[in-house]
Amino acid sequence: MNRYLPFEWIAATRFMRNGLMQTLLIISGVALGVSVIVFMSALLTGLQSNLFRRTLDYQAQIVIIPPEDVARPLRGGEPVAEAAILQPRSQRLRSVDQWQKVRDLIRRMPEVVAVTPVVSGPGFAARGDASRAVNITGIEPDSYLRIIALRDKIVAGHMSVSNAEIVIGIELASDLGVKVGDKLSLSPASGAMQTLIVSGIFDFGNKGINGRNVYVALRVAQSMLDLAGGVSSIELNVRDPFLAETTAQQITTQTNLQVDSWITTNAQFFTAMSAQTLSNNFIRFFVGLTAALGIASVLVVSVVQKSKEIGILRAMGTTQQQILRVFLIQGGVMGLIGSLFGSALGAVFLSFWRGVAKNPDGTQMFAITAEPRLFVIATIGATLIGVLSAAAPARRAARLDPAVAIRG
Amino acid sequence: MADIASAVKPVLQLVNIHKSYGTGTRVEQEVLRGIDLVLRKGEFAALIGPSGSGKSTLLNLIGLLDRASSGQLFIDGEKTGALDDTSLTRLRGRSIGFVFQHSYLLEEFTALENVMMPLLATHGWPSEAMRTTALELLGRVGLERWKDHMATELSGGQQQRVAIARALAMKPSMILADEPTGNLDTRSADGVFDLLREVNARLGTSFLIVTHDTRLARRCDRIIELVDGRIVSDQPNLQVVRHEAVE
Repeated sequence: MNRYLPFEWIAATRFMRNGLMQTLLIISGVALGVSVIVFMSALLTGLQSNLFRRTLDYQAQIVIIPPEDVARPLRGGEPVAEAAILQPRSQRLRSVDQWQKVRDLIRRMPEVVAVTPVVSGPGFAARGDASRAVNITGIEPDSYLRIIALRDKIVAGHMSVSNAEIVIGIELASDLGVKVGDKLSLSPASGAMQTLIVSGIFDFGNKGINGRNVYVALRVAQSMLDLAGGVSSIELNVRDPFLAETTAQQITTQTNLQVDSWITTNAQFFTAMSAQTLSNNFIRFFVGLTAALGIASVLVVSVVQKSKEIGILRAMGTTQQQILRVFLIQGGVMGLIGSLFGSALGAVFLSFWRGVAKNPDGTQMFAITAEPRLFVIATIGATLIGVLSAAAPARRAARLDPAVAIRG
Repeated sequence: MADIASAVKPVLQLVNIHKSYGTGTRVEQEVLRGIDLVLRKGEFAALIGPSGSGKSTLLNLIGLLDRASSGQLFIDGEKTGALDDTSLTRLRGRSIGFVFQHSYLLEEFTALENVMMPLLATHGWPSEAMRTTALELLGRVGLERWKDHMATELSGGQQQRVAIARALAMKPSMILADEPTGNLDTRSADGVFDLLREVNARLGTSFLIVTHDTRLARRCDRIIELVDGRIVSDQPNLQVVRHEAVE
């Protein structure tokens, strides 16, 4: 008898050891459940963060643009009844009004981590006879690179956009046959052409972006797109990307500008992610419930099997609370041991998955990070479930009438 | 043999105890009808009676495993009627030892651990003193050699001896024995009964033994007969008293 354990722990562990087959079966059940939860959660988190990263790699979480031009009917005078077709106005490139003030206002918001002004407009990139339609993006590298990890995507040259430099995508470089150090002609849709030197080539892993986006200095873009001193948008990132819409709405109310968060611009993607999270939670809930029912059923059987022993323990001075604890401990211990094995099993599944889910070139399909937090939460959760599921059988055991229990 | 005349302190006192089941329903049944009983320190009494006479109900009430419908019950002078469940449990553990027809040892534990169990349940943590007490008691019932055997590895007679040692662990003032030899062969039964008498003589523990076995009852100092929930006879067993006088 272990002298470092109190009565309840001694009785609980002996009861479990005595019904070893039952105990092992339910621990295996809990372990399997926990391993599924750990594996699925890590997989889903990895998948989501991968999709999320890919989506937000090349776009800011919140983009502020000037309000759209709208055609208004003339006002004043007698209302004239006429059948008129109101054509929507074409949207010309305009600057965000007083953008420096707006930027400073946003910068002061606590949830904002980075703000940058951007000038963006259509143009053509040409070299020799070849030309391609591009999206000219003028940036302030210091602040822009805090929002878009462009530097990490550079595959040739370096990230530099001084007055005479341009950074282009790998697809465009291939189409135009340019490499780092080569010259490239860039012209806006209407306006003067400018010759720039390719300083870096990026690869976002997205053919469209790689073929269309070109990055130049803010001033270069301003002069090319005829927005001297202005910016076409202000872009920002917030601490929690999933709260971007809330921040966007706050900015809208404060500035009267058009503010789009990545959640609204990628509504379908966001809905899919939410559905995934919801289905994962459902699966977790039902796996947890199954484990709980398993533990409870084993303990209910145990209470019936041991009713005489419980009666005797009660007769010799064991209180109801002590009996209650004996069974709660059993539930908790089964949950704890099951969850420890389950966490280990989940880690094995994950490493197996890492070995299987690979790209043709042998690299990881996507990174799965099994955070220690996940294992800790699974372990604590399973232990709690064990204790909770033991509550009903434990109460039943504690309330057994010793006289009836002994006589059977 | 305890000297009944000198043992005057009552360890158990029942005053006009009634017990009914199904109170307020059409099937209300009064099982005990006004029981008055006193058991003094060192007494060795048998409770006999036909099936359905209320013996088991009375034993449950005395053992604080059930509550009376009316009347007063005192254990070691303490009035039990108003005590809550935990206090009753503690009093039961402290003052009353149980020996049943079946030993009901905990099969997960060794003989020694079974004897330690009441002490462990009361004090919470195991200690060397508990082990010493349990070893001494196992020695007293002649099973010191079997201390490390699991309960299931012992014979019926040995299990009942361990149960007696367990009942003595808390040094109770009274042991309630319900057909303690009912499940044993004659030889083992005699051995167990002799052990009960020895404990009674050496430790002065009072015994109330419920039995159908008249042979066993005749070896007790006092015989209480219960019929239809009433004590119809309660007298010293002259046979035993005479036998003692000759000795």
